[in-house]
Amino acid sequence: MIDQRRQCMPAQALADDANTGGSGGSSSYSRHRPEGVDTAHGVILYLEDITVSFDGFRALNALTLDIGVGELRCIIGPNGAGKTTMMDVITGKTRPSSGTAFFGQSIDLSRMSETAIAHAGIGRKFQRPTVFEQHTVFENLELAMKADKRVRRTLRARLTGEQIDTIGERLQLIRLLGEAHRPAGLLSHGQKQWLEIGMLLMQEPQLLLLDEPVAGMTDAETERTAELLNELRGKHSLMVVEHDMDFVSAIARDGKVTVLHEGSVLAEGTMDAVQSDPRVVEVYLGR
Amino acid sequence: MSSPTHDPAVLAAIPVRPSRESFAPPRARLFPPIVWAGVLVVAALLAVLPLLNLVFPAGHALHISAFTIALLGKFMCYAIAALALDLVWGYTGILSLGHGLFFALGGYAHGMYLMRATAAAQGADRLPDFMNFLDWKAYPWFWSFTDHFPYAMLLVVLAPGLLALVFGFFAFRSRIKGVYFSIITQALTFAAMLLFFRNETGFGGNNGFTDFREILGFSITAPGTKAALYLLTLAILLGALVFARGLTQSKLGRVLTGIRDGETRLMFVGYDPHWFKLFIWTVSAVLCGIAGALYVPQVGIINPGEMSPANSIEMVIWVATGGRGTLIGPIIGAGVVNGLKTWFTGVFPEFWLYALGLIFVLVTLFLPRGIVGLVLMLRERLQARRAA
Repeated sequence: MIDQRRQCMPAQALADDANTGGSGGSSSYSRHRPEGVDTAHGVILYLEDITVSFDGFRALNALTLDIGVGELRCIIGPNGAGKTTMMDVITGKTRPSSGTAFFGQSIDLSRMSETAIAHAGIGRKFQRPTVFEQHTVFENLELAMKADKRVRRTLRARLTGEQIDTIGERLQLIRLLGEAHRPAGLLSHGQKQWLEIGMLLMQEPQLLLLDEPVAGMTDAETERTAELLNELRGKHSLMVVEHDMDFVSAIARDGKVTVLHEGSVLAEGTMDAVQSDPRVVEVYLGR
Repeated sequence: MSSPTHDPAVLAAIPVRPSRESFAPPRARLFPPIVWAGVLVVAALLAVLPLLNLVFPAGHALHISAFTIALLGKFMCYAIAALALDLVWGYTGILSLGHGLFFALGGYAHGMYLMRATAAAQGADRLPDFMNFLDWKAYPWFWSFTDHFPYAMLLVVLAPGLLALVFGFFAFRSRIKGVYFSIITQALTFAAMLLFFRNETGFGGNNGFTDFREILGFSITAPGTKAALYLLTLAILLGALVFARGLTQSKLGRVLTGIRDGETRLMFVGYDPHWFKLFIWTVSAVLCGIAGALYVPQVGIINPGEMSPANSIEMVIWVATGGRGTLIGPIIGAGVVNGLKTWFTGVFPEFWLYALGLIFVLVTLFLPRGIVGLVLMLRERLQARRAA
C-alpha cells in the first residue's frame, strides 16, 4: 500500500507553468483522478468571474482561479481580501452574485447544498478546530470515515480489519498514533487541528480546503503541520489559506501561490516570484 | 528538488505499519466484569424478595411485606422510565420535560385492557363506572379491541411511539433545540393532561382508570400475580439496560453523543442528525410507555396526574441524581430519589417538594456527574493514592 503511495508523489510539474495561470494538467497527476468527478483536463476546481457582493461591497470581484488535480495551492492576501468568502462560495455557504464555480468538469457547485458538496468530495477545515471532545481520537476518525451514514447502517456498522488499518494509517499520518485512546478534548490545540485534518481525510475528499491551519499553533506545531501537508501533497488537491509567511514558504515550495487583493487575484506564481512582485509588496508584504 | 521517495534513507525512515492492538480500541464489551457482577447480584437480590414474601408467613424474620414488594415494583418502573430519559438526555443531549406523557400513555393503554377485563369479569354487559356516569352505551372508537390483551400491549408501544415519531419529526425537522425543545415537550404533556382530565374525552376524567380486579384471568390483588408482575418488571428492566447499553456502545451511540457534543460538526462529517434524533427519541418514548404499562397493574391506578409537568421534571431529577449518560446511574437515581420521597412523605409530607428542590440544587452544584460520577471519582482517587 505504501509503495503505491510513494509512486503517487508529485513531480514538480506545476512549477513550470507557474505564470500561465492555466491548469496544472501534468501526466503525473492523472493517477489521482477521483471517482465521480470528471477531471479530464487535470483541473479539480474552476472559479470563473465569481462576484459576491454584500450590500454593494464586493467581497469577491470577478475572481478567476483554478486548481489542478493533486496540487497544493496556497492563497495569501491581506485581511478582507476575500479568502474566506471564496471558501464559502466553494462549499455552498455563500452563493455568488455572478460567475461560475465548477468541481471538475461537470459538477456545478453554485447549485448545490452544503451537504451535497461535502458528499461530492470537498472537505473544509474551519479556522477553529472542532472535534468531538468526549470521543477518543480513534472514535473521531471512525465517525468521520467514509461510509453509509444512515441510521440503520450506522446501528449495525462494525469496523473491518481493513478499516481499522486505514484509521491506523491516518493516525500515523497526523502523528496521533500514541494518542489514539485519549479523549480528543485532552489534546493540545495543534493536535486538535491535526485530528480535524485527519477527520477530513477519512471522508476521502478530492479537494481539501484548509482555512488558516496553523493559526494559534506553536512554532514546533507549525513546523509539523507543514510536514503533514507536504505528505498530503499529490495525494489530495489542497487549498490552504494562511497568513503565516514562513509557513506558506515551507509548504508552497516551487508550487503556485495566489495573492488575493480586494476580491480578485492580484498575482500568481512561485513564492519567490510573488514576493518580489512590486504590487504584492505594496499591498501586502510591504506593510 | 528531486522526488525524495526513491531515496533509501527516506524509505527506511518510513515507520512500519503499527499493530492494530496498539491503537484500535479493544473489542467492545457490554459491561466490564465488575459492573456485570454488580448488576447480576443486585438483580438476584431483587428477584428473591417476592419469593420471601410468598414463602414465609407474616411475622417471620425473613418475611418481606407486600407493601415493600409493591414499592420496589413501582421503583423499577420508574427506573425503566429514567433509563429511557437517559438515552435522549444523557446521550443525545435532548432534554425532555415531557416523558411523563409517554409513561402515562403506556399506562392508559394497559389500563383500558384492565378496565375491560374487570368489567367482563363482573358481568357480560357491564361498562366501566365513568361510562355509566356519562350515560355512554358503547366504548368510543379508540377503545376498540382493547379487550384483547395482545392488542392492548401493541397499543402500549404504538401510542407513545407514534406520538413521539410525529412530534419528533416536525420538531427536529424545524431544528428546534435546547431549551425551546424542552419547553415544547413540557407544554405537550400539560396539554395532554388537560385533555385527559375532561370527562367527555373517554379516559375516565379526573379519576382515570382504577379499581382493577383481573389481569389475564388472574386476580390482580393475589400475592402470586403481584410477584409475577414484579419479576416481569425486573426482567424488563434488565433487558432494557442491556438493550440501551448495546445501543450506546454501537457506532450509532457514538453518533448520538456526537449530536450532543457537536451537532454542526456531525453534519459536516456527513450525518443527518434529524433521523438519528428521531430514532432515539422514539425508542425512548416506547421504552417509557412500557414502563407505564408495567406501573399501572402494580399501583392499581392511572390518572391524568401522571402527565403533570412536575412528574416529568421529577424524572429529570432522577437521571441527574444518578448520573446522566451512564444508564446505571438513572436506575440508581430513580431508586434513591423515590426512596427518599417515600420516607419524606411519611415523616414530613409538606416538605417533600423543598427537599426535592434541594436535592436538585445540591446535585447540580456538587455532583455534576451524579452518584455514578461520585463513585468513579472516588475510585480514581483511590487508584491515584495507591499509585503514589
